[in-house]
Amino acid sequence: MPETDTSPAPRRALGISVENLRKSFGSTEVLKGISLEVKPGEIFVMMGPSGSGKSVFLKHLAGLEIPTEGKVRIDDINVADDRERPKVRLALVFQAGALFNSLSVFDNLALYPREHRLYDRKTIKEKVEKALAMLSLSDAAEKIPAELSGGMKKRVAIARALVMEPDLLLYDEPTSELDPIMAATISEIIADLREEFGVTSLVVSHDRDLAMTIGDRVGIMQEGELLAIDTPAGIRQMDDPRIKEFLNPAIDLKNPRFKRSA
Amino acid sequence: MRILHQYLSEFGQAFLLLVRSLRHLPSLPRQMGRVIEQCYLIGYTTFPIVAILSFFIGSVLALQTGYSLQTFGAVDFIGTIVGLSMARELGPVMAAILLAGRVGSAISAELASMKVYQEVDALITMNIPPERMLVLPRLIAVLLMMPVLAIVAIIIGWLGGAVVASQVSFIGLDPRIYFDGITNFVAFKDVLDGLIKAQIFGFSVILISCHVGLQTRGGPREIGNSVTRAVVLSLIAILFLDYFITQALL
Ligand SMILES: Nc1ncnc2c1ncn2[C@@H]1O[C@H](COP(=O)(O)OP(=O)(O)O)[C@@H](O)[C@H]1O
Ligand SMILES: [Mg+2]
Repeated sequence: MPETDTSPAPRRALGISVENLRKSFGSTEVLKGISLEVKPGEIFVMMGPSGSGKSVFLKHLAGLEIPTEGKVRIDDINVADDRERPKVRLALVFQAGALFNSLSVFDNLALYPREHRLYDRKTIKEKVEKALAMLSLSDAAEKIPAELSGGMKKRVAIARALVMEPDLLLYDEPTSELDPIMAATISEIIADLREEFGVTSLVVSHDRDLAMTIGDRVGIMQEGELLAIDTPAGIRQMDDPRIKEFLNPAIDLKNPRFKRSA
Repeated sequence: MRILHQYLSEFGQAFLLLVRSLRHLPSLPRQMGRVIEQCYLIGYTTFPIVAILSFFIGSVLALQTGYSLQTFGAVDFIGTIVGLSMARELGPVMAAILLAGRVGSAISAELASMKVYQEVDALITMNIPPERMLVLPRLIAVLLMMPVLAIVAIIIGWLGGAVVASQVSFIGLDPRIYFDGITNFVAFKDVLDGLIKAQIFGFSVILISCHVGLQTRGGPREIGNSVTRAVVLSLIAILFLDYFITQALL
């Protein structure tokens, strides 16, 4: 019998430090000098219109994109470096899920602990089943990703991230395809992970409720720039018309946006 | 010139992928399940087609040599000629070409799709190197399967030749004489050379297919392009290597 370790992995909260991050694809600059500090254990929500560069920003934090300029450090580790990245245990919930299409839902979740031999077989099964239950996916364990709806894929992606027991969780629009109850569950999970393990979270989302309830701080991104960073209360009181409009876009049938001149 | 430069850089990058994959050799004992799965895939997809096509290659070879040799009354040598050609050249090349068409294309499609749909990115964030999980087991599997595949191609090719040599009326060679021609003039070294060739070809095909698949960028349309590129590059590699290995083994 291999040694059994059922206690949760020891966790350390990770801080994020982004300094003047710029990223260009060809001649288009997508990130135009982003600077940001996220404290260990903080929940930071990044909001912004689609196409503003939020997903590209998250990929930099996970080491999947190399900055054109500037620095990204997670706990003083340069995640863009293949040799250094393994030192941080982070999980990224991809916008489209990025599930392994050839594996069942169960095996998607179990891959990480199996590959890294974190626990014995029975413990892995328990942890996977627990994560599936948290996201109401117990019935889907043996399905393959092609058999799932968009919202289910999203939930599997979140469950897969939970099983990794990461110190830093990055979510790319975790609630975008979910019903309000499931979206509330996700908010509760994010908050609970911080309560219980001090996990740092950076959430990219359009979900105003999520941002305003669980965000310790909220950043507003537009066209590759950070317009503002503040607490939810602070953001609500800002006078910048772009932020006001983004948080509370009034529907104006007499003068619709798509007919207004720029 | 530009196209030559492009091909050379592809082969160079494929070689770098090999180096990165070999670094994960110590993980191999834990990955035997994946190796066996890949062996099964290679065998399952290529054995039937290799068997059928090498039978026909052997037959055609016997037909052509029989037609040429009958004018000299030298049909007794058909066995030797078919035997040597299949073992030293056609068996390995046929097996490798079919491997590229059936397995190389499938591998490049699968890895390209994993790349496009960010599964490879997901592996990277999980600190599971794609070289370890996706490339190494396939490379080991082809090393295990390729000799078997080549042997099958050679032997079935010989049989195809025997059938034609004995059954076609203007040749009408006694099968015993045909096989004597093989056993007397085809040395063990000839078969061994063929297997070495097959091994190098097969390994290159899988390596190139993995490389091309993992290099894919962009949307779903690129998956198809990657498959084409993988097969074309594999065929170039086979024919190019063939000349130099043949020369080295002579
Ligand atoms: N790999 C890429 N190559 C070129 N352009 C890209 C790439 N990824 C994203 N972009 C561009 O960067 C901008 C920001 O994209 P993204 O971060 O996905 O926006 P969002 O804020 O909706 O997540 C978009 O204009 C997009 O076209
Ligand atoms: Mg996005």
